[in-house]
Amino acid sequence: MVTYIIRRLVTAVLILLGASFVVYQLTAAAGDPLDELRQSNAPNKDQLIAQRVALLDLGTPAPLRYFKWLGGAAQCVVPLVGKCDLGQKMNGEPVVDALGRAAGQTILLITAATILAIVIGIGLGIITALRQYSTLDYSVTFMAFLFFSLPIFWIAVLLKEFGAIGFNDFLRDPVFSPTSILITAICLGIVVVLFMGGSYLKRIIGFLIGAAATAGLMYALSVTGWFSTPGLGPILIALFGVGIAYLATQLTAGVKNRKALYSSLLMVPAGLIAYYALNPVLSGISGWGILGLFVATLAVGCIVGWFMGGFDRGQSMRAAALSAFFVGGLVMLDRFMVEWPNYFSNGRVRGRPIATIGSSTPNLEGNWWIQNIDLFTHLLLPTVALLLVSLASYSRYSRASMLEIMQMDYIRTARAKGLPERTVVMRHAFRNALIPLATLVAFDIGGLIGGAVITERVFAFTGMGNLFVDSLLPVPDPNPVMGVFLVTGILALVFNLIADLAYSVLDPRVRVKA
Amino acid sequence: MSRPNPETPSGQLPEDLEAAAVPEEVQGLSQNAIVRKRFMGNTPALISIVVFALIFVMAFSSIGFIGIPGWWHYSYEQFSTQINGGRPTFVNLFNWGDHPFGQDRIGRDYFAMTMRGTQQSIVIMFVIGSVGGFIGVVVGALSGYFRGWIEAVLMRIVDIIIIVPLLILAAVLGRISGSAVSGNMATVALGLFIGVIIWTGLSRLVRGEFLTLREREFVDAAHIAGASNTRIMFKHILPNAVGVIIVNVTLLMAAAILLETALSYLGLGVKAPDVSLGSLISDNQEAFSTRPWLFWFPGLFIVVICLSINFIGDGLRDAFDPRQRKFKAKKAKDRGVHGSAVNDSASAAAIAQRTEGGEDSGRHGSSDPDDDGPAHGA
Repeated sequence: MVTYIIRRLVTAVLILLGASFVVYQLTAAAGDPLDELRQSNAPNKDQLIAQRVALLDLGTPAPLRYFKWLGGAAQCVVPLVGKCDLGQKMNGEPVVDALGRAAGQTILLITAATILAIVIGIGLGIITALRQYSTLDYSVTFMAFLFFSLPIFWIAVLLKEFGAIGFNDFLRDPVFSPTSILITAICLGIVVVLFMGGSYLKRIIGFLIGAAATAGLMYALSVTGWFSTPGLGPILIALFGVGIAYLATQLTAGVKNRKALYSSLLMVPAGLIAYYALNPVLSGISGWGILGLFVATLAVGCIVGWFMGGFDRGQSMRAAALSAFFVGGLVMLDRFMVEWPNYFSNGRVRGRPIATIGSSTPNLEGNWWIQNIDLFTHLLLPTVALLLVSLASYSRYSRASMLEIMQMDYIRTARAKGLPERTVVMRHAFRNALIPLATLVAFDIGGLIGGAVITERVFAFTGMGNLFVDSLLPVPDPNPVMGVFLVTGILALVFNLIADLAYSVLDPRVRVKA
Repeated sequence: MSRPNPETPSGQLPEDLEAAAVPEEVQGLSQNAIVRKRFMGNTPALISIVVFALIFVMAFSSIGFIGIPGWWHYSYEQFSTQINGGRPTFVNLFNWGDHPFGQDRIGRDYFAMTMRGTQQSIVIMFVIGSVGGFIGVVVGALSGYFRGWIEAVLMRIVDIIIIVPLLILAAVLGRISGSAVSGNMATVALGLFIGVIIWTGLSRLVRGEFLTLREREFVDAAHIAGASNTRIMFKHILPNAVGVIIVNVTLLMAAAILLETALSYLGLGVKAPDVSLGSLISDNQEAFSTRPWLFWFPGLFIVVICLSINFIGDGLRDAFDPRQRKFKAKKAKDRGVHGSAVNDSASAAAIAQRTEGGEDSGRHGSSDPDDDGPAHGA
């Protein structure tokens, strides 16, 4: 194993050297950095040209310049030297600084989108595989292909138009018209039917209940002006909490396991107590405080599960911790909603909360909650755009993988042993279906860090992709281009290796060659 | 995967069992007939073929191509006075009006422009598909068949090309071809350039396929009969790998359309005054609130083309590789024990496929250089 890793790493370094040489030469060939100066009418034209020649070292031929650059870049990997020289941008800024800033923005942009795409995509894939050739399967497949076929900039412009401008206009006077209530109710009713299945009567009842609930909810939200002063309040938290507790138990242990169910349900009063007890602490909290609270929440869940015990402590603990996590999330969501009017009426936001460009409102002042609402409103649209585009591959892959697993002999064996279908699906099939996806996830993360070029451009995020394009066009600027390339290239190679190793760890049938 | 009896030790099965392992619906049909039959049973794929054919005919016949005039009365470069603010005049299918898709802000007919963009996308798609498909197949076949240093060199080249960003190559191309070629040739050049670098994923898949197929008995038989390496590669192995190739080239083509639109969006693809679907959207995105049709029509065409290609690819995959088909419990019961034989072989093939699909050699027994099987290779 160690030999294998070392061999792969050595190969990776050689590949990186080769590729970086190619990229450097291509960048040098992509355009003349002096063009714009030659055409300018500035009085000190010659001086500017001389300055840029000196800065970019244009006197040296490009192949030699590469080795000079390599000499500086090599210092980054030498330990204890502590300096890292990737050259300067054309405006004199060190590339290392620009890269650091851009990487932060990109990570901000892709984290939520990637996690959501993985979770939702895999969930949809599994559900559609379990109900293969149902209407649900066909609709999800069609949607997946549709999103897969959409150019991301097209989605982005539509989102900006309807998600941001339209929604902001709506927030000015947040009342639903009867037509929109009717249409939404019918649509959601159809969604409920798609997920339900069963006899026709059951489906019609499901449709009616779904549609009526939606219409009632929208009417209530409209009448109470919920969108101006949103909030959940203790009653809604309790109701949602009970629902979450049932769902979490069903997924992890099955509701027949009473001990697990009760420990999950216990999390709801615990969450409500925390809701009141923590209220004074929460207003001045920092990010670390929130993190600590979440760890504490999980710990409480585990402890309660442990003491409830039962024949399988692990199941109760898992169920309780899962419910605790989501009930904690509800409490936090409520807190965000309480702060929403303050954000909405903030002088910098001026009543148009959903942003279409950038990653934060400049000079916005406020506590941790306000800052994070700001982050949320800025990330909402790009995240949705990225999510829709990458959802397709995850759902397709996990569907295929789950279909394959469900035909395996050990699934038949598990059923023959008399295990409940939940155990067969969740513990025997689902876990094994995830193995091939590990590769996909690793590749995707490696690719996305440098890959969200278009999304960054449309939403004016100053991330890696934007840095790359700005440095390449209209005048190529080799140093930042090489900087971005180094980061993305190294990440791609590393995640490639991780994907291979993860595969052999997860699936013992696959062995890496030593 | 076009294997009628995948990876089973089918030679050891009794005669009747093996016959029963073939589902009734396909008994007595050739491999191609089976694939055709399965594909014809796939409604979305058939609809997609019809839709794509319609778009293809409409795009190339309406405004003409390479000098051949079409039936539409405007060209995409022709200016005319703006009527009614350039709004679309499309009423219904039989009453298109003068400018069915409206006019852009300087009065060019938007239907002609969209058709021109569609032509560009389709041309680029086919160029990328054929160039990328050809290189991918050749590289994959050579490295999978010969192994040894040929494989090592080719796969390292693949590794390098994979991490070189496409945008840089597109920028270089923009500089080189910006003045040298124009019109349709520029489009073809763009397709060639993208095709030259987009084949890497395909070559890995083809290599994986060759690695397993070269260990099969029919390859040994061909060797013993004295067939040359070239003949074995292209006459014996390639037809068995054609399923993987066709499916992946189709998906490559769907990705190619989006890639071209993305490049044009960044200003690196098709250059003005020529138009592509991507550049039309890019030029008109600011006008969304005032002239939304300038934004809708090209986008709609991208989506429909890409969607139909994707559905065709999916249909082909189902036709070539029915592993994802539902296991029909009733039929299996009728066939008794034989049903499980089908199932076993399918899952065995699944494991084999999954394990060799990755990129570094040696995960799978058969791709280990040490167990070199019967003597062939470089």
